[in-house]
Amino acid sequence: MTKPGKFSLGVFSFVTIFLHIPLAILVISSFNSSKSMRWEGFSLKWYHELFYNSEPLWHSFYNSFIVAISSAIVATIIGSLGAIGLCWYNFRMKKTIQALTFFPIILPEIIIGVSILIFFNKIGLNLSLLTIFLAHVTFNIPFVLMTVMARLEEFDFSIIEAAYDLGASEFDMLIRVLLPISMPGIVAGLLLAVTLSLEDFVITFFVAGPGSSTLPLHIFSMIRFGVSPTINALSVVIIAGTALLALSTRNLYSSLLKS
Amino acid sequence: MRRNYGPIYVAPITFWLCAFLSVPLLITLSYSFMEKGLYGGVELHFSLAAYKSLLNTAVLKVLLNTIIIAVASTTIIVILALPTAYYIARSSKKNILLMLIIIPFWTNFLIRIYAWIAILGSNGLLNSFLLSTGLIDSHIQFLYNRYAIILVIIYTTIPFAIFPLYSTIEKFDFSLIEAAMDLGASKKRALWEVMIPNIRTGIITAVLFTFIPIFGNFAVPQLVGGTSSWMLGNLIVRELNITRNWPLASSISVVLTSVTMIGVLFFMRSQSKKEL
Repeated sequence: MTKPGKFSLGVFSFVTIFLHIPLAILVISSFNSSKSMRWEGFSLKWYHELFYNSEPLWHSFYNSFIVAISSAIVATIIGSLGAIGLCWYNFRMKKTIQALTFFPIILPEIIIGVSILIFFNKIGLNLSLLTIFLAHVTFNIPFVLMTVMARLEEFDFSIIEAAYDLGASEFDMLIRVLLPISMPGIVAGLLLAVTLSLEDFVITFFVAGPGSSTLPLHIFSMIRFGVSPTINALSVVIIAGTALLALSTRNLYSSLLKS
Repeated sequence: MRRNYGPIYVAPITFWLCAFLSVPLLITLSYSFMEKGLYGGVELHFSLAAYKSLLNTAVLKVLLNTIIIAVASTTIIVILALPTAYYIARSSKKNILLMLIIIPFWTNFLIRIYAWIAILGSNGLLNSFLLSTGLIDSHIQFLYNRYAIILVIIYTTIPFAIFPLYSTIEKFDFSLIEAAMDLGASKKRALWEVMIPNIRTGIITAVLFTFIPIFGNFAVPQLVGGTSSWMLGNLIVRELNITRNWPLASSISVVLTSVTMIGVLFFMRSQSKKEL
């Protein structure tokens, strides 16, 4: 077996260091007592500032949370049903519908943001958390669909036929056969949708109204005013949360597959 | 014959995507052929004014800048991502190495941009360092130019290239490389002439997954670019929110979408060629 050479090791190390150094710098400077980037001593005051003195930030986080959970649930229901239909049934217009589901993935986010803003304006819907919710469901649906379809494709349609032959109604079959076997895909899709929704900045930027700021929008407005140690502290909380989520998702997914 | 439940399962997804995706895209397309309203919005007259104003030198300069940034960053990304993905795919600790790429990738996009502002900004780490060593005696502005945009775009986008490259290289049968080497090819030549053609799909996916979001990017140039290094995305936002010339914003969106679609068609064609 050929081993990877020194060249690829070199590039890999460079890329990994390049990806981690800026985040490491944020972590270190979050403990810096100075407001500037020059080190002046260890302090937890920016964390105190973040947790006790950042009311608008936590309000925007609350908004993000509400939108992420609600849009992920709706997108998961719609996407999972779509996956079952597209994976195991044949009907007219199937190809067209399949093509339609690729659109939110291949279009640049800004195009989805612009067109959905123009649409809300046209139908006279005021920008609020509701418009953010509608937009998030839209871009989340294809990701749930793909995740659930990947799971369903591992199975043969014959198990459905067996259920029918044994006298199951469509509803029985859905609840007792389809749902249990696609559960790992559905849970993975739901988690992916929550993550994408919490993370989204571009589309939300267009469809958020006054007073309906989400966490990424709030971070954006803070960054525009320059470097702030509170963002450093917030970054550390986000990086830690991300790492935990990445590790637990992996464990959860593999344990679901085993069961 | 049992009833076909397929259409019932796909009814919600079809309805939702038509209402909140197809219809909005069609409205945007039609707006690009209308006249600008007096107070934002549009007048319902057919007009090519928006497309004519695209030929304005200021707009063309932004388009050119967008192309330069997108091509340069995509090229550098693929050159860096290919050996990186290869190394991960060939390693015995794949999962751990992948985690090293995933964790920064999952960290909030804006935080990753902000990290570079904290490093390169006029009060940032690099300036404090250079000032304290006496190498410079006044602040240098490293941000707000094209190079800063390219650097930050590479930083935020490179995982999009590493993941598809990794998954194709991982599936590649490396005994082919050994066969080529047994037949006298050098390792370099074997990788270049045997592996690269076999992972073409992965390379094209990587190019597409990086080029499309870069071409439509607006957050990065908004935060680390200056007015002279604007990209199409910034222009769309200005026309939409500030100048309120919605037909122009729509026509730029149409151009952006067309470029994307050409890329996707090119991708699908090369995919179907491979199957022949």
